[in-house]
Amino acid sequence: MRGKGRGEMSFTDLLGWFFFLLAVPFFWGGSLGLLRFPDTNTRLHALTKADNLGLGFVVAGSIFFTKDWTVALKLILIWLAVLIASTVSCFLIANSAYKRK
Amino acid sequence: MNLFTWIALVILLSVFAGLIRVLKGPTAADRMLAAQLFGTGGVAILLILVHAMQMPSLVDVALVYALLAAITMVVFVKWQWNDHEGEGEGRDEFH
Repeated sequence: MRGKGRGEMSFTDLLGWFFFLLAVPFFWGGSLGLLRFPDTNTRLHALTKADNLGLGFVVAGSIFFTKDWTVALKLILIWLAVLIASTVSCFLIANSAYKRK
Repeated sequence: MNLFTWIALVILLSVFAGLIRVLKGPTAADRMLAAQLFGTGGVAILLILVHAMQMPSLVDVALVYALLAAITMVVFVKWQWNDHEGEGEGRDEFH
């Protein structure tokens, strides 16, 4: 775990930075989709897909920065929990918006 | 500030941009979508801050945050269903 010091960057650190920087456009894409799409269902579509993919990239990047494999396992489990929870709440919101019409 | 903190800051700005939907969202479901955005973005920010602040315990905070975001959505949908079954008239400030 070293934050500064670009001269001593190893290959795994480079992969970690790559995934972190790759996650940022997905979060911005989710936010822009939430702002610009015309309907509740399309906004739901933008949010629950792009943001979860961005979170997956953040998890993948921080796996390369951690040295302990149990922490890496916990990170993967956090991502799976977020995926399951986001799927369920996406379905609930879409069902609620469908019944509301 | 190292580069970790800058990446977390950029993601936080995208979450703040999603807050505009809370202001102008026509239905309550649109406003709750911003809460969903806060759940996912907050977990990502916490996972980056683990490395920025050298605090490994923030992983547990991120786990609790993810679970609480899911519970928030379930409570919202349950409230809306109950509202739909009962006398739902005259509550237009929520929709």
